[in-house]
Amino acid sequence: MSGEDHRVDRRGFLKVVGATGAAAGVSATSTAMAQGSPPAAGEHAGHDHAMPTPASAGAARSALDGFVFFNPDEVSFVKAALDTLVPPDPTGPGGSEAGCATYMDRQLGGAFGRGARLYMQGPFAEGTPQQGYQLPLAPADLIRIGIADVDAYAMATRKKGLRDLDATTRAAVLTEVEQGKAQLAHVPGPVWFNQFLALTMEGYFGDPIYGGNKDKAAWKMIGFPGVPAMYVNMIEEFRNKPYTGETQSIQDFA
Amino acid sequence: MATQLKPVDILLVGYGWTGGIIAKELASTGLKILALERGGPRDTNPDFLEPHKDDELRYAVRHDLMQDVSRETLTFRNKSSQTALPMRQLGSFLPGEGVGGAGVHWNGVTWRWTPWDQEARKQTVERYGEKIIPEGMNLQDWGIGYDELEPYYDRFEKTCGVSGKAGNLNGQKIDGGNVFEGPRKSEYPNPPLKQTQTGVMFEKAARNLGYHPFPSPAANSSQPYTNPDGVAFGQCHYCGFCERFGCEANAKASPHFTVMPIAARNPNFELRTNANVMKVLLDSTGKKATGVLYVDARGREFIQPADLVVLSAYALGNVALMLWSGIGKPYDPVTNTGVVGRNYAYQASSGATLFFDEKTYINSFMGAGALGVNIDDFNAGNYDFAKAGYIGGGGIGASTSGGRPIQSRPVPAGTPRWGLEWKKATAANYPHAAGVSNQGSNMAYRSNYLDLDPTYRDIYGRPLMRMTFDFLDNEQKQMKALADVCAAIGKEMGARKVEARTNPVPYSIVPYQSTHNTGGAVMGTDPRTSALNRYCQVWDVPNVFVTGACVFPQNAGKNPTGPVGALAYWIADALKNQYLKNPGALVRA
Repeated sequence: MSGEDHRVDRRGFLKVVGATGAAAGVSATSTAMAQGSPPAAGEHAGHDHAMPTPASAGAARSALDGFVFFNPDEVSFVKAALDTLVPPDPTGPGGSEAGCATYMDRQLGGAFGRGARLYMQGPFAEGTPQQGYQLPLAPADLIRIGIADVDAYAMATRKKGLRDLDATTRAAVLTEVEQGKAQLAHVPGPVWFNQFLALTMEGYFGDPIYGGNKDKAAWKMIGFPGVPAMYVNMIEEFRNKPYTGETQSIQDFA
Repeated sequence: MATQLKPVDILLVGYGWTGGIIAKELASTGLKILALERGGPRDTNPDFLEPHKDDELRYAVRHDLMQDVSRETLTFRNKSSQTALPMRQLGSFLPGEGVGGAGVHWNGVTWRWTPWDQEARKQTVERYGEKIIPEGMNLQDWGIGYDELEPYYDRFEKTCGVSGKAGNLNGQKIDGGNVFEGPRKSEYPNPPLKQTQTGVMFEKAARNLGYHPFPSPAANSSQPYTNPDGVAFGQCHYCGFCERFGCEANAKASPHFTVMPIAARNPNFELRTNANVMKVLLDSTGKKATGVLYVDARGREFIQPADLVVLSAYALGNVALMLWSGIGKPYDPVTNTGVVGRNYAYQASSGATLFFDEKTYINSFMGAGALGVNIDDFNAGNYDFAKAGYIGGGGIGASTSGGRPIQSRPVPAGTPRWGLEWKKATAANYPHAAGVSNQGSNMAYRSNYLDLDPTYRDIYGRPLMRMTFDFLDNEQKQMKALADVCAAIGKEMGARKVEARTNPVPYSIVPYQSTHNTGGAVMGTDPRTSALNRYCQVWDVPNVFVTGACVFPQNAGKNPTGPVGALAYWIADALKNQYLKNPGALVRA
């Protein structure tokens, strides 16, 4: 069998597992409310109070376009930070190109961001590192307050917001936050950084159905074939051999 | 005001593996059986269908099938001198919730523990004398030996369609199986799974080093299988989405499609979901349970009378229910008296991460929950652990359960956590990384225990259970010694870079380590040191029985579901053949 034969296409997959429940996911043709083009990294936005320009009529929009949680300033901060944590290079896309900002926006704007599955009763105390997260902040609040803190820290120490710094300086600022060397006004830097990094990695390596890992590029970069995963007839054949099957996501079956 | 309901004969609190087994086994009694499950119902179809079931974010990262700690959690500290704080998010361990419990999202590793594990104190003292037991270690025996439990292991393995190879059939050692295991009466019901590249390399390296490798016993069916109850299993897909996920193929044994449909055929059986038991109700003597108080999804309170109550929730939940209900004397670590909350233990594990060259393809994404190759040469009772300076041991193996990319992207030590160097290292190493791990035993100590927190409450207003736990000197030595063994095997496997590791010391509630929480309501022979007798019947309240890993006096170097399932069959037999014929204490205190 050649590697190509191992592909399970949508039709074949449905035949094999009889998945009648292949639910409608994100449709590429669904039209979101025109929200204006988000500002790109490095671009100042939100200061001129200009009316947003609608997307050109007839252009295909998806439910993943636009932002529901971050404001335009936050979007440009997040994209700058994402491209520092996961810089674009020939190995694979950068964090913002991969859609991690969209991923983070949807997570923080939803139940996770509001503290679903997080015990939020007081009293609150700092505790030991072994006792884990103890802040009275849901993830959305932690990230939002921390973004303002880190940007203020960049401004205070480098005279510019994070998005306006060069890549090396951005990395230096984020390292200082990560290591607790940056004095932030409200949130503990390492706690904020670890949550931000975790969300970045979830977006980058998660299923594209959540808005990140655009075109499954992160999976292709490392050689993870995705879903549906049925290797019963391949496990011996591919011992010590590179796997050549197609990369597929949940979104591909929507 | 609680609504009083009609009495039932047998009430199960929590509906996972053990509740399901007992409901199935007691159906023939004709008695009215009611199971109360705090979570909701679920089934393979529609809940675990492809491709949605392979959702790493939803199930593995956001814990969709697990306990919701915003509602019920515990507090934690390393030692009594600290103030315990709430486990605000899941981390170190992942208790289940909903029908099937953690039996839905386990990996399927189904061991028989070693005969030593059931007689840890007796065999240690016989071999080394009392003096070897360090101050503060509560080393105890189960009150039943391996030979008594063997037939029940057999029943659970056949219920689950375990794939494996016997290493000791009726005393005859068989190369290729686990030659250290206690004697088995019969072979595993299914042949072993097919090994990955990692498994093949581990097997060869272990043999080269003089060890005795064998395939891990897996409740992931290696072929289509029908169990003795007539339940059909599919063949494992080797999908690599096993632990934390449901199984689309009904190849991973789970109570929801095995024991529960059989139990549900009984017209005298009823299951109520979203029914959260607040406490067990006792009569004025405190020596007899009269039923339970539970809350439904809308928050309405019900009093459910019952003649017999079985606590069949997760290990930690059972202990909490006993503390909330006043069943058994709570443990006092200062005087080392009392039994509920005593002997809490965990898993003291270590291992080595292996990085191979670019010509060696591991393909870690192909795997099955319990797929792997093990050696038992360093498990407690199988070697001279005293010479190594501790009591206990561990099962060592190459577990190849999957390589899901949000959570599994090993890079060599010294690589930054982000940035270009991290990215290149991630892409370069993902296809070529593997691991060898030691699942280490954990003895029980005076200073590691469960009680009720004075400050924090759950959403129902009950005090949270408080966990006080750390890895002590004995476990630290064991973790280090066996990490070195793992690393040596990794080198023999040909890895170009081998990095030994242990669980964090001090113990941390943050990183995932294992959902093998044991003890807190242990079985034994002496009511001063055990909450339960050898039938897992509460010494003080004989119409309450307790199942699950909370009954183990200390934790073994093995996953607990095998003995948990075997003991559920053992308890069911004790109920059917002894207790229900003549209710009362089955063992004289």
